[in-house]
Amino acid sequence: MESTVDNNLITRPENILGRVITSAKIRDAVKGIKRIKRSHRQIKAENVFRKTIIIIALATVVLVLGIMLTLILQSVLSIKATGIGYLWGKTWDPVRDIFGAYPFILGTILTSFLALFISIPFSFAVAIFLGEYYPKGWLPNLLKNTVELIAAVPSVIYGFWGLAVLVPIVRSLETKIGVQPVGLGIFTSSLILAVMIIPYAASLGQSMIKMVPSNLKEAAYSLGATRWEVIRSVILPYTKSGLFAGILLSLGRALGETMAVTMVIGNTSLIPKSIFAPGNTMASVIANEFTEADHPVYLSALIELGLVLFLVTVVINMVGKRLTKQFTN
Amino acid sequence: MESTIVKSIDYNAYFGDNHVVKNVNIEIPRNSVVAVMGPSGCGKTTFLRGINRMHELIPGATAKGKIMLNGEDVMEMHPIFVRLKIGMVFQRPNPFPNLSIYDNVIAGYKLNGIKLPKAEKDKIVELSLSRVALWNEVKDSLTKKGSFLSGGQQQRLCIARAVAMEPEVLLFDEPTSALDPISTSTVEELFHELKKNYTLIIVTHNMQQAARVSDKTAFFYVGELVEFDDTKQMFTNPTDIRTQNYITGRFS
Amino acid sequence: MKAQSNVKYRIGKSTGFQVLTITLAFACVVPLIFILIYILQAGITKINWHFITNLPKPVGEVGGGIANALLGSMIIIGCASVIAIPFGILCGIYLSENKTSKLAYWSRLCVDILQGVPSIVIGIVAYFWLVKPLGGFSALSGSAALAIMMLPIIIRSTEETLLMLPDSLREAAYALGMPFHRVILKVIIPCGISGILSGVMLSVARIAGETAPLLFTAFGNPYLSGNIFKPMQSLPLLIFNYATSPYNDWHDLAWGASCILLIFVLLLNIFTKLITRKWKVQL
Repeated sequence: MESTVDNNLITRPENILGRVITSAKIRDAVKGIKRIKRSHRQIKAENVFRKTIIIIALATVVLVLGIMLTLILQSVLSIKATGIGYLWGKTWDPVRDIFGAYPFILGTILTSFLALFISIPFSFAVAIFLGEYYPKGWLPNLLKNTVELIAAVPSVIYGFWGLAVLVPIVRSLETKIGVQPVGLGIFTSSLILAVMIIPYAASLGQSMIKMVPSNLKEAAYSLGATRWEVIRSVILPYTKSGLFAGILLSLGRALGETMAVTMVIGNTSLIPKSIFAPGNTMASVIANEFTEADHPVYLSALIELGLVLFLVTVVINMVGKRLTKQFTN
Repeated sequence: MESTIVKSIDYNAYFGDNHVVKNVNIEIPRNSVVAVMGPSGCGKTTFLRGINRMHELIPGATAKGKIMLNGEDVMEMHPIFVRLKIGMVFQRPNPFPNLSIYDNVIAGYKLNGIKLPKAEKDKIVELSLSRVALWNEVKDSLTKKGSFLSGGQQQRLCIARAVAMEPEVLLFDEPTSALDPISTSTVEELFHELKKNYTLIIVTHNMQQAARVSDKTAFFYVGELVEFDDTKQMFTNPTDIRTQNYITGRFS
Repeated sequence: MKAQSNVKYRIGKSTGFQVLTITLAFACVVPLIFILIYILQAGITKINWHFITNLPKPVGEVGGGIANALLGSMIIIGCASVIAIPFGILCGIYLSENKTSKLAYWSRLCVDILQGVPSIVIGIVAYFWLVKPLGGFSALSGSAALAIMMLPIIIRSTEETLLMLPDSLREAAYALGMPFHRVILKVIIPCGISGILSGVMLSVARIAGETAPLLFTAFGNPYLSGNIFKPMQSLPLLIFNYATSPYNDWHDLAWGASCILLIFVLLLNIFTKLITRKWKVQL
């Protein structure tokens, strides 16, 4: 055995404290002193690092509080000027200093829920297909990745495509059913939004469906249930809250979506008369008018819209997240 | 030099309110192999992890009392210094998956940012791997990843990693429980070689292993050190009834 | 006999539903494919060396490119990454190392909130935090807004990656007397690098196409500018401005720009998927 090789060849780490210098060699002693200093530097660096990450974690909290506070402070002017009636004021006329957010709130609700309504069958189909029918294999995998790519396409590109392709199609459709053929409007926005929000409910839904215990499904199969009956009476009820959370996440996304909607909704502050009429959502009106807001109350009224949007999306997302967590535990 | 290297005085360890190690006083002689055994949940691993202050890494874990290393209280020292002097080998082999075999051996230097000349590093690697009887098996594949080795080889690599730091004490937390019988016997043979240079403290729940490899044995039961004696004495003529019950298999 | 026909009916219904599900599921992909094909067709012919090295020409003049937007996007994304990557990774480290602390709970909650904040709202906030105090629109304020959007993705992916690493790895490092920061920087992060990197790349892909927060921060600029304290053009801003203009020449520029942006974003997404699958450290 080579265990007799003398230990002095290796600088013994006990020299780090310089207390037990087993080696008589001066070279090692010098090294030892250097190491004491080094290790003390390490301890200092360790403390600095620990403090840094604490400060950074704290900063995320400060950041979110700061966002909330900024929105509230900047809305004060408008809240004072318009009061609570802001929310159902039917006229938005910056020239005459009348700020009622109702047209935009209605526009937001119409586009988002219509989009949700259109997208749910598709996203649930994806969820059931990937979660239950074909959880493995290259084709489902391809579908899963492609559906995820839908979320990756920038919204400004959806908007541009909508403008160039969808608007003419909707216009001819409007001519056929006999409404004023504009092409731009709530309906077109909803169509684009519907495509954009499919992946959110789909990916959450499929992971929920995959979590249904197989003994539950087997129990139903053993009673002679068909696949559809198992889905309807076992899987869907079991994953109810998870699927609902997916819908909420999609909704949160639809409410806050700005660019694609701004480009195809027609941008008018009038209350939309039908789903084919042009309108505005909260996000799109901010995008359009923010840099044009030439007096403080006008700007503040726009920020109040932002505040409402912020609060609504935060609540929706938090409820969605809470449901997801409850389900996964 | 003093014959006692590690000495614990009224050592207590807790997980939150749970008192897992109670008033342990033990003196461990230099260059010996000490086995720590007892039924699972008896606090033996917690005590072992207390010696090099690994215990307190677990959130909510606290400790009281003294652990003297060469007459110095490790509880007063910074954990970094303690761990440089007291090496540790774990239940499952845990080589660094992102490092080569060579780098795994000198990981303690490399990852601590201690710069050494190439010749010195080569010497440390060769010496450490020879000490764990791994040199001949891996000397041609030093650049391969550590995770490429078999379980037993990985565990010896982990021992080499600890040995490379030239600690005074080596702690083993059930080092063979994840290994097959052949690898186990290879590792056990190492203990006899290693004790020439280091003091070994080995936690095991395998009585035969304690009897085979150790000079002295400590028996823990429900957080207390029941008995500490020469291994032969302990297995042939235990003084405490609980020890007797344990080694005769009355409870597991 | 009645039971028999009932079973047939039920099986038929089940099959019908299955066919419907599969049809709908694959129908989702159709719009994406349409968009991809349309944009590639409309855009790819516009892209050439001239296009990426020249500035946009005024209406009526032939040619022109998007050099200012390309450079601007690179600078804005670069600055945003410089802010968000270290911040996000360090925060992820805190969350994974302090699973149960009070601060971790609140920080996690705030990261969740941040993830759901509409991008336009972040634009508003950046306007009040940076544009107004600095006295004008600037690329830097745009980068800050985008950095805020990158944070939740980086923080979450870092936290999740590090939590998946076995404790034995940490213990091995601590037992060698390594200080906390070296355990993290030299052992934990190198072992989780593929997960962290994929989070970073996803976050870049997510903000590369963001327009809303840039509208009143970076603002846009028809000229080439490298000054981060001045307004700057970026690809999505250029697409938005030119797409909504009435001129066909500008539409052509916008199609070309869309094509470049889309290819960049999709490649980044696909590439991320590939590295997370292939480049995993064996544990």
